[in-house]
Amino acid sequence: MAEAGVYEQILDYANRADPYPLYAELRRTPVARQSDGSYVVSGYREIVALLHDPRVSSDVRNIPEIAAEQEAGTALPSSFIRLDPPEHDRIRSMMMRHFGPPHSPGRVDDLEPRMLRIVTDLIDGFAGRTRVDIVEDFAYPLPVTVICELLGVPREDEPRFHRWSQAIIETIDPTTGTVAERERRNMEVRTELGTYMKELVDAHRRRPGDDLLSAIVTDPAVDLRLEELLSAAATLLVAGHETTVNLVTNGLLTLLRNPRVLDRLRHEPDLVIGTVEELLRFEPPVQLLSLRRSALADIDIAGTTIPKGAIISLALAAGSRDPARFPDPDRFDPDRQDNQHLGFGSGIHYCFGAPLARLETQLALGELARRLVNPRLAADPPPYRPNPGLRGPRHLYVEFDDVLPAQAIRASPTG
Amino acid sequence: MRVVVDLTRCEGYGQCAFLAPEVFAMRRSEALMYELHPADSERTRVLRAAAACPVQALVVDQVHTLGRPAKAAPLKPANGKRPVEVGRIVIVGASLAGLRAAATLRREGYAGSLTLISAEPYEPYDRPPLSKQVLTGQVAADDTALPRRAEFEAEWLLGQAATGLDLAARQVHLADGRKVDFDRLLIATGARARPWPNAAEAALDGVFVLRTNEDAARLRERLTARPGRVLIIGAGFTGSEIASVCRELGLDVTVTERGKAPLAGALGGTIGAIAADLQRDHGVDLRCGVTVEALEGDGDGRLRRARLSDGTTLDVDVAVAALGAERNVEWLEGSGLAAGVWGVACDAGCRAFDVNALVTDNVFVAGDVARFPHPVYEYQFLSLEHWGNAVTQAQVAAHNMISAESDRWPHVSLPVFWSAQFGTNIKSVGVPTFADEVVIAQGSVAERRFVAVYGNRGRITAAVAFDQAMWLDFYQAQIERAAPFPPGPGMVGRPDGLQVMPADVPQRISPAYGATVVLTGHNPDERRVTLQRRH
Repeated sequence: MAEAGVYEQILDYANRADPYPLYAELRRTPVARQSDGSYVVSGYREIVALLHDPRVSSDVRNIPEIAAEQEAGTALPSSFIRLDPPEHDRIRSMMMRHFGPPHSPGRVDDLEPRMLRIVTDLIDGFAGRTRVDIVEDFAYPLPVTVICELLGVPREDEPRFHRWSQAIIETIDPTTGTVAERERRNMEVRTELGTYMKELVDAHRRRPGDDLLSAIVTDPAVDLRLEELLSAAATLLVAGHETTVNLVTNGLLTLLRNPRVLDRLRHEPDLVIGTVEELLRFEPPVQLLSLRRSALADIDIAGTTIPKGAIISLALAAGSRDPARFPDPDRFDPDRQDNQHLGFGSGIHYCFGAPLARLETQLALGELARRLVNPRLAADPPPYRPNPGLRGPRHLYVEFDDVLPAQAIRASPTG
Repeated sequence: MRVVVDLTRCEGYGQCAFLAPEVFAMRRSEALMYELHPADSERTRVLRAAAACPVQALVVDQVHTLGRPAKAAPLKPANGKRPVEVGRIVIVGASLAGLRAAATLRREGYAGSLTLISAEPYEPYDRPPLSKQVLTGQVAADDTALPRRAEFEAEWLLGQAATGLDLAARQVHLADGRKVDFDRLLIATGARARPWPNAAEAALDGVFVLRTNEDAARLRERLTARPGRVLIIGAGFTGSEIASVCRELGLDVTVTERGKAPLAGALGGTIGAIAADLQRDHGVDLRCGVTVEALEGDGDGRLRRARLSDGTTLDVDVAVAALGAERNVEWLEGSGLAAGVWGVACDAGCRAFDVNALVTDNVFVAGDVARFPHPVYEYQFLSLEHWGNAVTQAQVAAHNMISAESDRWPHVSLPVFWSAQFGTNIKSVGVPTFADEVVIAQGSVAERRFVAVYGNRGRITAAVAFDQAMWLDFYQAQIERAAPFPPGPGMVGRPDGLQVMPADVPQRISPAYGATVVLTGHNPDERRVTLQRRH
């Protein structure tokens, strides 16, 4: 059937630079059965409905191929993003205790001066050059430094966990093998990563720092099994440096394609707030949740029935450009009102690190806009990474005439 | 800057509390408390929080990113249709419903004269914080003004009570004798606290009600003085929230409730029993099935004791009568509208009925004072004192006031309300009292994180979440499509052994109680209704 063909084209690397016309085609059948029996959902309202539907499970053990692999293996248990309530709720709230409200409301906000320092130092590093790769020189090191400092992961271990992290991301790329094959590789990497996290946790237990992992392992109120903690911490580490890199890179790319917005950012510092929200709608890092959810009961939606047991893929990026929800959806508009995009998902699995990603990206794009003189793309489109679900440029070469000096680091965001 | 959070939309994602932790704070997992008038130094953080809200529930004063005053919003009809010609619009009642109606009129392109009349001398302010942040002292009672998305042209007659309505002359009469002409009128006079019925006892120093910002200021002041035991009379939402604040302040508190459980009037006795456990776990001396027979003062007119129907006498310094609301309809007496203790009846398009139950076409009603038929609930007339209903009904009323017959909207959104008490966010969609049965469909009562789903004769009619608001969208859709009750198997977080229980909704005294009418005339052209006053 035609719909299946469209989704396959979206997965095809040849369409990575601009999948949006294909999403529009996909949306013509907002809930589309694929030839493998799975369902791809691309309409905004349908995606939101399913993200809030208790008949949709995120527990991958409900996917028979994955359950079979997990029974055979001995890797860490699934992290909370691949679990349902009540396990999900318990683990997530335990991990939240030292990351955000209600117990640690100031944690992310307190990081702002440090994040701005990292951003400033990275841009200072451009001095004397007129061409950089925004990915390698800026958008990757920024979130990695932040997540390492936040979690308490030594920055010098980066080459090791970078490899694992890439490998894990590859296993959620539906073009890299069958569900079973990918789960097997995922378990292998998770086992290695788990061993590393275990060493780290032991080290923090012995000598706690002021980082998140230390806080968790020394808090008697945290009721987590060791494996649950290792798995969750590994997820935060991987997610913390595979998503924001794309948000920052997609962000600068989009601004360079919309020079009037870039120019406004130089004079209107608060405009970056709406700009980042619009980026999350317009060029989100997480485009697809591919084969991640399953139906626990028959679900009637958009004139079709997703049968019990069916596997569901959610095309978040297609939903965020649905003209039935967003006026003029293919226009990049940083002043857009009522921007309830799906950039971080919705419902109980809403992105754990969203506040961190937002603040990092706001600071990053604000400073890039202010400090780069006459920036321009060396190539448009840039080369993309292979993954269709976690989509972003492999490199983003940007040329500029000069780098302005940083303003004095502000003590408060209003200074 | 001014902030208000539309807590009917809030699902407890906590993004605001992350990004502006000095302004927004979560209690337990999802009850949100916030500053309504944050310091200017928090401006960027508040803008971040507002932009990040996944359900866009934060309303902030219209502020330009450069800090310049915002330009007036362009007068463009939202639906692209030009408003019909209306000369003068008058809104009586300038609280949430009146304010939202006025803003909607201007947003939809109404360019004529607009007058807001309010008995209260304050610009529109938000009431839900009065029983929460204001009583705890986080927010000052006179600092709860509602933000305005955009300034709009209007004449404000504040502190001017409307005393009468002359439908034939199309005039509203004011207390000072003025008469205000209108072509279309919106009645949004809301409700007031039902006073303690014994006037002499009600006059004792130490006896309070809570409805206005002045009530809240007085009660806050008294609570700050660390009284002995506080007595709350009535365990509806207001009474329960006040009890919660008292416990938070470390005060001893007794709650009496005529019914069998707190919140039973709104949620039924079965879920009310869970609310009772919640109160007792937080140290409330909760007495259900008990009424207060007398409040006694000393020689100086100060409250000293309360005599209860369970035979006990309590030494109390403070008593709060939380007995529900009375609708502000007295000014409509003799106007010929169907206005009485039950409110002002109207159709689903918010057009008021006259006493004959004929629909008017130039008088509209919205908010707490309105009583309207809801198709989802067998066209029964509902009177809702919900923040969310004031907003949505006001928007529909305003739209219809300036729309042609064919462009009118029905007010058919499902009722939604919330309450924050004892650190728990209780949120409801649908009409829980329109139910015979209830099940815990998701979560755990022991952990007080669950969704209770209500059914009436085999279809889902309401859902109530304790700290599980993110699931309510699903149940709202289930109610809207009349899905079967109980909900089928195959759900995440489903407790073992789904148990269908009686909802235990108390028998209601009809809201139309006292609506005594007399029919006169014989032939169809002379049959008429006359309202009789109760004596």
